Amino acid sequence: MSATANTDKPLLEVSGLSVSFIQYAAGLRQRTFQAISNLNADIRPGEILAVVGASGSGKSILAHAILGILPGNALVSGSMSYAGQELTPKRQAALRGREIALIPQSVNFLDPLMRVGTQVRFSSPNGNGTAMQREIFTRYQLAAGTERLYPFQLSGGMARRVLVATAAASPARLIIADEPTPGLHPAIVKETLAHLRELSAAGRAVMFITHDINAALETADRIAVFYAGTTVETAPAGDFCGEGERLRHPYSKALWQALPQNDFRPVPGSQPSPADLLPGCLFAPRCRLSTLECASAEPALRSIRGGTVRCHHAA
Amino acid sequence: MSDTQSLPIANRRFSRLHINRRQRTVIVIALAAVFLLSLLVGAQFMDEAGLSTSLTERNLPPTLAHPFGTDWLGRDMLVRTVKGLSLSLVIGLFAAVPSVLIALVLALASGLGNKHLDAAITWLADLFLAVPHLVLIILIAFVFGGGTTGVIAGVTLTHWPTLTRLLRAEVLQLRSAEFVLVSLRFGRSRWWVATRHLLPHLKPQLLVGFILLFPHAILHEAAVTFLGFGLSPHRPAIGIILSESMRYLSAGSWWLAFFPGLALLIMVRTFDVLGDNLRLLIDPRSAQE
Amino acid sequence: MALFLCGRVLRLLTLLVAVSLLSFLLLSLSPIDPVRAYVGADMLRVGPEQWANIAAYWGLDRPLHERFFRWGAAILRGDWGVSMIFRRPVLEIIGERAVASLALMLTAWIFSGIFGFALGVGAAMKQGTWIDRVIKWYCLTLASTPSFWFGLLMLLTFAVWLGWFPVGLGVPAGVLAHEVTLSDRLHHLLLPALTLGITGVAGVALHTRQKLIEVLQSDYVLFAKARGESDLQLLRRHGLRNIALPAITLQFASFSELFGGSVLAEQVFSYPGLGQTAVQAGLRGDVPLLLGVVIFSALFVFAGNLTAELLYRLIDPRLKLKERYL
Repeated sequence: MSATANTDKPLLEVSGLSVSFIQYAAGLRQRTFQAISNLNADIRPGEILAVVGASGSGKSILAHAILGILPGNALVSGSMSYAGQELTPKRQAALRGREIALIPQSVNFLDPLMRVGTQVRFSSPNGNGTAMQREIFTRYQLAAGTERLYPFQLSGGMARRVLVATAAASPARLIIADEPTPGLHPAIVKETLAHLRELSAAGRAVMFITHDINAALETADRIAVFYAGTTVETAPAGDFCGEGERLRHPYSKALWQALPQNDFRPVPGSQPSPADLLPGCLFAPRCRLSTLECASAEPALRSIRGGTVRCHHAA
Repeated sequence: MSDTQSLPIANRRFSRLHINRRQRTVIVIALAAVFLLSLLVGAQFMDEAGLSTSLTERNLPPTLAHPFGTDWLGRDMLVRTVKGLSLSLVIGLFAAVPSVLIALVLALASGLGNKHLDAAITWLADLFLAVPHLVLIILIAFVFGGGTTGVIAGVTLTHWPTLTRLLRAEVLQLRSAEFVLVSLRFGRSRWWVATRHLLPHLKPQLLVGFILLFPHAILHEAAVTFLGFGLSPHRPAIGIILSESMRYLSAGSWWLAFFPGLALLIMVRTFDVLGDNLRLLIDPRSAQE
Repeated sequence: MALFLCGRVLRLLTLLVAVSLLSFLLLSLSPIDPVRAYVGADMLRVGPEQWANIAAYWGLDRPLHERFFRWGAAILRGDWGVSMIFRRPVLEIIGERAVASLALMLTAWIFSGIFGFALGVGAAMKQGTWIDRVIKWYCLTLASTPSFWFGLLMLLTFAVWLGWFPVGLGVPAGVLAHEVTLSDRLHHLLLPALTLGITGVAGVALHTRQKLIEVLQSDYVLFAKARGESDLQLLRRHGLRNIALPAITLQFASFSELFGGSVLAEQVFSYPGLGQTAVQAGLRGDVPLLLGVVIFSALFVFAGNLTAELLYRLIDPRLKLKERYL
């Protein structure tokens, strides 16, 4: 956890990002899903930013929006910049795989009919893919024969290493790991987290998207708490301590207190459906501090004590 | 904040598009239905005079008086075509109804019966798919000694297996649904479950399956008639019109084949469009593209 | 693998026996009298005694089940009976005609496979654009087109108006069999094959389009896109690899429609193949010949289906390796 990293200029800056989808329901009636609304985030070189939120809260969509690989029925607004320059769709296409790499969730993201070695070699934009792939496989302790296997033949741990290898083999300076530890054996989770730290130690920025707050705290420099399609708070990992008194947003506090090692007290209620979001603060219906103001006006993003928060009551 | 405000505008644009799409689907369905109905009804009221032989008006290319031309006996090809299409429609109906009924009964039996019954029905469907449809229809038409009955029986017996497979899959899926399992556990009879639970859910699939069966039935009916099985040469079926036209093609009477075939194509395509749009309305998953 | 093969072959046998039994039963129940069909125009000169003799010669006076077993045993021995209209062994006629039909179907099959695959790929890569819409419209219209009518249009255009092709017959009329050259045969084959091929395009094209769209929407293509692969790279690296096998499989599984289509194409172009033979046999009540063609067509369809399944098992590494590990 390098303190110096925080003083650098952000490599990626996302501000006011909104993503919605149009879908057809019975009788060909159209519905709009607001998957991400007015989201802000930034990440610096050598830093690990964990984006933590409940499963199915649209975290992957954030990753896809940054990469510019959302499906055609998505509407995107807001702005993103990479290395100080506006991230337009055209620039996203140019940077994908070269500057920004994705570590996917599962082995399903590998071509089922292609040997994994070949797939890792594609990460290298210039010719020396084979040497690069072999070197990384050795570093990740993958046996020599692994490169000739098909994805379905990989064990859980091997699959994880191969998926991380696809990013490690690329020259990317920003790596987005989208839920890279879903339901894995603790030993494999530990190994994967160690790989992420290695990548950041080499000066790469790592966005670690996860629902596992413990894994996030163990690895990340900063934590972005994701709720109903937006980041309600961004805080240094060190703020998650004690009773959560250093945290800024009631949802972050509730999340922290819900952990087994703390009070193990669940957050009452559930996330609003992205199909019918109400105006105002998205957390208001579940918030103990909720006032009239919360139900009417969306809280603006404020910087408090080295972090950011979207709450009318934060101080 | 300004970014989020731009969203509702974008949504409005898309929601207008959406209403168009739904309306378009409904309009297409209505138009197709009206076209097919008017074909059926129109043929009944059409002037029979066009079918009388006229020695002065033989082998005329298309003109305003005879848009589809006339044949070697001076009969109006437009009248013959419309009569032929309505005959095909009726035969299609006679073949499609029993096909759908067979498919429904077998699919329900297959889905609700025991494993052996299911295996037997699947095997039976495979059996009817083991021989090319047209060859099987020829065989069945031959067995019935030709005639309209032979053609209808042939088309009926060849078209149930595909629909049965489709409905069976649907029944098997429904069968594992919670409400069906509960009913069975509470001792409801299979018959009760089939009529109260499965049938209502199968209705949309049945309707779409029924309508999509028509184009196949009509094309096969036309094909066997063209080959010379079934309908007598005096009935103006499209297949017969086309098969007769072959003798006059080398003389250059292209309109004898061109228009009746085109009309058949349009009718078959209309059924397809009707079925697909109905399915779109019932099952929006297919509209996500 | 061996177990799978045995299972499939066993299934084939039950279906084949059932097809023959069913066809035999159906034909025995037919109101068309086979003796009358055989006697044909000589009817007035054949007395009742001769009539009974002919019936006895074919065993028509025996009970049904006995006739079936005798017929079945004969089929297994390779004696498929004698055609009533050609007065020659059925197997001989089928062998002759099958060569012509297979040449026609193979040409059409390859043409529709390549052309349909290309159309499907083009439509899927440009999904939602006017190119996709045009290809889809074209295929759906083709699927609704009566193939015999399309054949008539081809005949009208290329044979009658342009005069490029003969109006009919597999070989030129009035030329001795051994004098027929390969180019003559090709000349007569081209138009029916083209008709059969073009009308067969729709199935492969729509299937390929659907499959490729599925592949393009898959997680692994999304990941490949995230790694900066261009559309063409996606198609070359992941698309073709994942859709070629389903397309080839579908082509083999479509033997049934291919045979049905060839019956019509042969009739339109007076091409002397199996399809035309089936029509003649059906129209003139030649029961042994019709039975022979039915069984041959069932074998043909089965060969296609079996090849399709074997291909899947042999080529797809997922299935191939699973078999080895089991």
